[in-house]
Amino acid sequence: MAYTVARPKLTFAEKAYLPAILTGLGITIRHLVNILSGKKKVTMQYPEEKWDKNLPAHYRGAPTLVTDEHGRERCVACQLCEFICPPRAITIHPGEIPEENRWRKVEKFPKEFEIDMIRCIYCGLCEEVCPEQAIFLLKDYAITGLTRQEMVHDKKKLYELGGVMTGLVNKWNDKK
Amino acid sequence: MTHILILVLVSLIKTVGLIFVIILPMVSYTVYAERRVSAMIQDRLGPNRVGIPLTLFGFRKDIPFFGLAQPIADALKLLLKEDFTPAHVNKFYYWLAPACAMAPSMMALAVIPFGSQLWGEPMVVANVDIGVLWVFAVSSLGVYGIVLAGWSSNSKYPFLGGIRSSSQMISYELSLALSVVPIFMICRTLNLSEIVKYQIVNGWLISPIWIKGISLFPLSINFQEIIQSFDILKIILWIPLFISFIVFTISMFAETNRLPFDLPEAETELVGGYHTEYSSMKFALFFLGEYAAMIVGSAVIVTLFFGAWHVPFLPTTLHNPYTFWGVILGLIHIAAFFVKVALLLFFFIWVRWTLPRFRYDQLMRLGWYFFIEIALVNVFIVAIILPFMRK
Repeated sequence: MAYTVARPKLTFAEKAYLPAILTGLGITIRHLVNILSGKKKVTMQYPEEKWDKNLPAHYRGAPTLVTDEHGRERCVACQLCEFICPPRAITIHPGEIPEENRWRKVEKFPKEFEIDMIRCIYCGLCEEVCPEQAIFLLKDYAITGLTRQEMVHDKKKLYELGGVMTGLVNKWNDKK
Repeated sequence: MTHILILVLVSLIKTVGLIFVIILPMVSYTVYAERRVSAMIQDRLGPNRVGIPLTLFGFRKDIPFFGLAQPIADALKLLLKEDFTPAHVNKFYYWLAPACAMAPSMMALAVIPFGSQLWGEPMVVANVDIGVLWVFAVSSLGVYGIVLAGWSSNSKYPFLGGIRSSSQMISYELSLALSVVPIFMICRTLNLSEIVKYQIVNGWLISPIWIKGISLFPLSINFQEIIQSFDILKIILWIPLFISFIVFTISMFAETNRLPFDLPEAETELVGGYHTEYSSMKFALFFLGEYAAMIVGSAVIVTLFFGAWHVPFLPTTLHNPYTFWGVILGLIHIAAFFVKVALLLFFFIWVRWTLPRFRYDQLMRLGWYFFIEIALVNVFIVAIILPFMRK
């Protein structure tokens, strides 16, 4: 069924364009004056002003490793995070904990743990999959470096960022 | 012989001074203003960082200075970019086009009186009687740059841009020239300097009334002169003049390819329009030509309707122009001219960020169906009023 759209009857002022153009000019100049006088503020001057305080609780930033209250690294080198990582940013070389060590019963620890921050997509699957709650995503987002090598976070850097996580950790508790 | 030599030298100084000291910096700062104003209209801030780069010299902080050094950085970037010439272009015309786009707008400046006088020398490069005809003739040559660029690029989008541009310029040239005919009828001259003189005596052509007899230096009010200068026909005459101002200004928008008539470029439809295939300094020349054309357009509007360099209540000339105050007055007049131009440029930018682009058939309709007719009728209205005017 064809449907005829009723054409609006325009007045002379509407047909002449100019009043509408003047209204439009009024709107744009109001925006300009509001921004110029500082009455309205929309943008943020990034390096000087940051949004960090207002980051939501669920914000996913840089992944990091944590130690527990005994100074033991929580990671047991099960490599689940390495396998689930969609962009394959994580590389783990597992090692065996020696006989005389206090944590012998843990059996394995990561000799090397590297996260390539150029590859990382901040999806948080590593945090979700970790059975030992050893890896957490923090709110850091400004991960920068001058070389590709610098952008690969090694074990030292990851523990430095992550710090200590004490207590019986429930995976879904807040760390941030 | 020395007479001609001095004339050539003085003209050369005026030309170089006008183009390199005033117009080119003005072009780059128009681009800056465009970016800042557009940003603020859209609730952003625009380029506000580039200032004095003290960190380059080992200091801890830069001085941003409202980003006023942005045009310098832009120019440096454009100069240092790779000048890429695609393999499929017609090389000769491809190289010729940017110059063709740039030169006419600079040439049109020659006849515009941008100041009263400095050291007794009138501030116009060529005080010729054809005046405004020269402006129209030369500025319409600018279309060659665009058409050549569009054609020689051997690519679809620039070609469409070039075609659009030529038809647009031809259509709007008519209403542009016709709309200012009333001015020449009233002033009885085409010489722009003479038109300015007429406006000084009889009031700016855009203002309906002009009160003679009030002056600030020395402060005096001459009531008799006020009553004498009042003329009802002058106010009636203002109506056609205002119409011709509106038609001229809108045609100028179309002539300089500014939004809402920027169909030759039309980023959303034609990628970049006629300069899609250009890069580096050749692209910059197009950009420069476009903005220079805008400045020339504003300068013509200011000259024809806003009394050029004239400042109300300020004396137009001193007895001895060689004294300190004579020079200061000359400089004030030049400044007044460019302040007026800058205000009009702001208007250009303001309109650009307010109105959407016209559709092509709407553009042609507006030009051929309305503006030419309005301008023509306007000429007749003025012709009817003029005989009744008091001399």
